[in-house]
Amino acid sequence: MKPRDLSELALRNLRESLLRNSLTTLGVAVGVASLVAMLSLGVGLQELASKRLSNSGLFDTVLVSSRSNLRGLGRNGAANSPPPQGARVLDEDARKEMEGLPNVVEVYPQIRFLTEMRYAGTPYSTIVAGIPVSARGNGAFEGIQGTFFRGSRADEAILQMELAKEMSAQPATLVSKELAIRYMEREPLAPSATSDPARAKSDSRAEEGFSIVPREKKLRIVGIVETEPAAGFGGFGSGRLLIPLEVAAGLRAAQVNDLREALRATNAKPTYASLTVRAKNPSQVEAIETAVKKMGFVAFSLLDASRNLRLFFTIFDLLLGIFGSLALSVATLGIINTLVMAILERRREIGILKALGAADRDVRQLFFVEAGVMGLLGGVLGVVFGWFIGRGVTWGTNLYLKRQNLPVAHVFSVPWWLVLGAVAFAVIVSLGAGLYPATRAARLNPVEALRYE
Amino acid sequence: MPVNGFALRAEKLSREYQMGSERICALNEVTLEIGAGEFVALLGSSGSGKSTLLNLMAGLDRPTSGAIFAQGRNLSELSPLELARYRGRTVGMVFQSFNLLPRMTLEENIELPLRLAEVEPGDRAQRVREALKRVRLEKRLRHRPSELSGGEQQRAALARALVNRPAILLADEPTGNLDSTTGESILLLLREIQQSLGMTIVMVTHERPLAERFASRIVSIADGKLISDGAK
Repeated sequence: MKPRDLSELALRNLRESLLRNSLTTLGVAVGVASLVAMLSLGVGLQELASKRLSNSGLFDTVLVSSRSNLRGLGRNGAANSPPPQGARVLDEDARKEMEGLPNVVEVYPQIRFLTEMRYAGTPYSTIVAGIPVSARGNGAFEGIQGTFFRGSRADEAILQMELAKEMSAQPATLVSKELAIRYMEREPLAPSATSDPARAKSDSRAEEGFSIVPREKKLRIVGIVETEPAAGFGGFGSGRLLIPLEVAAGLRAAQVNDLREALRATNAKPTYASLTVRAKNPSQVEAIETAVKKMGFVAFSLLDASRNLRLFFTIFDLLLGIFGSLALSVATLGIINTLVMAILERRREIGILKALGAADRDVRQLFFVEAGVMGLLGGVLGVVFGWFIGRGVTWGTNLYLKRQNLPVAHVFSVPWWLVLGAVAFAVIVSLGAGLYPATRAARLNPVEALRYE
Repeated sequence: MPVNGFALRAEKLSREYQMGSERICALNEVTLEIGAGEFVALLGSSGSGKSTLLNLMAGLDRPTSGAIFAQGRNLSELSPLELARYRGRTVGMVFQSFNLLPRMTLEENIELPLRLAEVEPGDRAQRVREALKRVRLEKRLRHRPSELSGGEQQRAALARALVNRPAILLADEPTGNLDSTTGESILLLLREIQQSLGMTIVMVTHERPLAERFASRIVSIADGKLISDGAK
């Protein structure tokens, strides 16, 4: 039979038992809706997480530290021992070498130090973080109150909102106000500064020590950011007072690794706790990370984290898909039931069709098309239902987020591949469900079918 | 009536059925030849095996042993698909209970064999009208079977059997559900068609007077065996 005739007959048959077939189709629609709703939630959450991470600007960065930094945990005396063979010191030479790698935009050190900040006569203990001016485009600065630093050497500060709230009930009024930070400046120690000349002669490493001098610097507040840029990665994470990186470097403030490096005294030049290498785009991160590792450093990028994130969401989507498919599997049983009932009801009709020249194939295809049409209609309807469920979930979530004073988020996404995939899946599942009834109908003996009353 | 070769030929045709542990022989080594253009009545009482023979001729069933040839082809050797094509294009069938599809109009019912035979849609309407005109039901095109009398339904079934222009018409008790007057009108129509189109008609009936009046040859069957065969 020609496809057009087959479709016409199938649609006619479906119209004949309109209520039953509509209910079966509705069952498929509910199944598809649950599948679409579940997967859309997974996709939406994945997109939300990816977008947030992308906005942080960290997908194009590699964090580098020295291998020696990671040693010594639980090992006595390890801090005093020289770095392991092949482990290089993270100093200015290393920074310049990394800057020369292909596709590297910039390499800058992580500068963080503890400070006592004073504002309006009140002291606040906080951590200062140096921010490169290239971070201007970072997602964290999108909703900044005020402005970003005017230049790399500007004596300006950006406050993190939590700190700003501690400083004033109306944080916005802090912009353009002045504050002062007190910190410990690291000053190289001259050989003559050693009190005991005999000891100075016996221990050459004493020449490489430094003294700590308390200093104060005034900064003008130019902006307030909601979230900390690069939270948890790249070193800015715990910084609540952000200042230009060059200004931070110029302060020569004592940092956490200074004491260890002074004890180790492996290099006369200043060393860095870690460096941030920025690539031209995220696709080059992997190559840069490999090159840095070959240089003898420990490198970490969010590529690893994003891989894990992808793995997590793949499993998450799979589980959601399985739960969503449960309803569809129930709908499948509905299709089988409907079509088996149709065979019983149309037994004589099948006999007549065969007597008039229908081949087994024609009868099988007729039932297949009926199952497929139910799947197609159910699939389309299910996608629409699923979309409405998604809108509802997004609306409810955003309502809740607003009440919690949190920014709204799109937790639900129905991409085209999901729409087409869900409809195709519904048709395939329905055809699968129609396999048994269609085969059974095709095998009916026409003589017996014609006798059936 | 000129007879040009055999339209149907049965050679030691047997059909057995398994009913629980019992084996029933519905047709026992029947040998029969039906010439092209003949109007043959298969006469017998209920359970004699005449309908079984007709079903084998129609390609609706396959013999347990023996062979049946239709227009020179051994039906036993045809594949299921070839047999379906044979049913759709070489033979037309009329049943006692009409077997029209109740939810379709007459036009749609009669168009059904054309759809199955994959006749081009453009040719269908003309052929449906021709078939309905032949049985004088052209004005009932849009009616459903339930809106017709028994005689009209059987005429519609006849139109459906003729629409694919088959060479052989097989009728299984075509007057069984009709009163005598209507039954006679149907058989008159059958004879008219047979004479005008030169078709071979095989009609199963248990009514000897009707068979004697309309058929050109009567074949009697009892207990699955052919007991008499002769022209009137």
